[in-house]
Amino acid sequence: MALDKATVAHIATLARIRLSEAEQVKMADELSHILTWIEQLGEVDTSGVEPMTSVAAMRLPMREDRVTDGGRRDEVLANAPATAHGFFTVPKVVE
Amino acid sequence: MSLIEGRTGSWEVVIGLEVHAQIVSAAKLFSGAATAFGAEPNTQVSTIDAAFPGMLPVINGHCVEQAVKTGLGLAAEINLHSVFDRKNYFYPDLPAGYQISQYLQPVVGRGKIVLDLPDGGVREVGITRLHLEQDAGKSLHDQHPSLTYLDLNRAGVALMEIVSEPDLRSAEEAGAYLRKLRSILRYLGTCDGNMEEGSLRCDCNVSVRRPGEGYGTRCEIKNVNSVRYVMQAIDYEARRQIEIIEEGGTVRQETRLFDAGRGTTRSMRSKEEAHDYRYFPDPDLLPLTLDPAWVASLKASLPELPDAKKARFVAAYALSPADAGILVAERASADYFEAVARGRDPKQAANWVMGDLFGALNRLGVGIEASPVSAENLGAMLDLIADGTISGRLAKDVFAAMLESGDPPGKIVAERGWKQVTDAGAIEAAVDAVLAAQTDKVAEFRAGKEKLFGFFVGQVMKATEGKANPAAVNELLRKKLNG
Repeated sequence: MALDKATVAHIATLARIRLSEAEQVKMADELSHILTWIEQLGEVDTSGVEPMTSVAAMRLPMREDRVTDGGRRDEVLANAPATAHGFFTVPKVVE
Repeated sequence: MSLIEGRTGSWEVVIGLEVHAQIVSAAKLFSGAATAFGAEPNTQVSTIDAAFPGMLPVINGHCVEQAVKTGLGLAAEINLHSVFDRKNYFYPDLPAGYQISQYLQPVVGRGKIVLDLPDGGVREVGITRLHLEQDAGKSLHDQHPSLTYLDLNRAGVALMEIVSEPDLRSAEEAGAYLRKLRSILRYLGTCDGNMEEGSLRCDCNVSVRRPGEGYGTRCEIKNVNSVRYVMQAIDYEARRQIEIIEEGGTVRQETRLFDAGRGTTRSMRSKEEAHDYRYFPDPDLLPLTLDPAWVASLKASLPELPDAKKARFVAAYALSPADAGILVAERASADYFEAVARGRDPKQAANWVMGDLFGALNRLGVGIEASPVSAENLGAMLDLIADGTISGRLAKDVFAAMLESGDPPGKIVAERGWKQVTDAGAIEAAVDAVLAAQTDKVAEFRAGKEKLFGFFVGQVMKATEGKANPAAVNELLRKKLNG
């Protein structure tokens, strides 16, 4: 499967990655190669094979409904670029 | 069928609702942080909720149970195998840059809700699906001129998104749907239904068409947070779309916001491109597999739900479907009514509960759980009426006193000396005294002014401070006036 430059530009916008025209061309080529390579897997006949969702045969582990975390605001905010009065702050986003 | 009259003929409005219901749980969907409402900002946040690098989600089993219970309560298919996906978009209240949700394989499939219509009829509305997902944090835009403040306490709290089929045909039906869904969720204890605190939020998909035609282009109105607003938003949006089409235009599919102050909807342009969410299965989470025996045991443990309770109230207590519908809307009201009605006259119990009690609670602004008059005391009061200790008229005063003091009716009647006078001799003395004092009126009555009878009854009741048995008073008065 080949990705064109416009699709790459769209994906870049959605992922908030800025790509120059030249980078878009290069990415389109690289991503197309990766997709083509992955598509080879489609040649294997997997009818009747259960999808494998984990290398270990296990079920989704679950936690109990108990409060075991929180109350560590200073730690949670420690790496934020900007905070005020216990909040994270970001440039204003208003709808 | 309810149609809207436009300039060029009638239109049908088609509505589907997506309800986000916050699951009742102590901890969040994938972390051990608390869910309580109203805590100091960012004090209920784990490093998972704040999307610190390398943190892995572990699902809260109770939240899964709550979602499955809700599915069973909506008579829906439970999918024993479901998958968590990442829904990718950028917004400051979503630290990971994706929301863990369920897309192609939700935990609950098709179900239904039965609406109780104002005319006493019922209508079935399809549920498309119910899936589990995380809530986002909260943005505060009004704290600073150039900054948005973020509180992640809500980030990661478990939500059920409940999607209806486009089966609703009017704002009233949408309102009835929301009220019924809320009632079922509260019976199940899976969502508290508190719309003020945002526990129940609604997105409305609205389109219009000529009756009999295919679906029109729809608009989605985001995040409407009360039943009344949902109805207003739908009415406004349907009118707006009809006007566009009648002017020769076409409706553009878009996301819109409801403006509660103006009662209108407006375009939310920034959301246009964001609809490409690039869902993919979350590699941090295995598929959710459920044990059929566990699902069956949950099903067996479900409480009696509003529809079944309503049917039972109609059959067992001979209530009208409308009265039964009012009583079963809240489980606490239904339980209260049953405690009063047990072993007594159900119609009388229903009248007191729906009339005097609901009226008083409304005035006081308290729920039935906090009623100053307990079901036991109201029942005891009905017993006092039944055994003739108090008259129906005195009961109103006893009820008011119970409301004020919370005391049992027996104590009130004894302390205030309100015991009804049934002693024929005492009543006869009061009747004689009144007739002797009102000789003019007695003459008028005997001359044919029959409506004075009520006046005499009133005078006797006044003389006995309302304690005389009204039936005995009537009988004696009639005998003496006509005799």
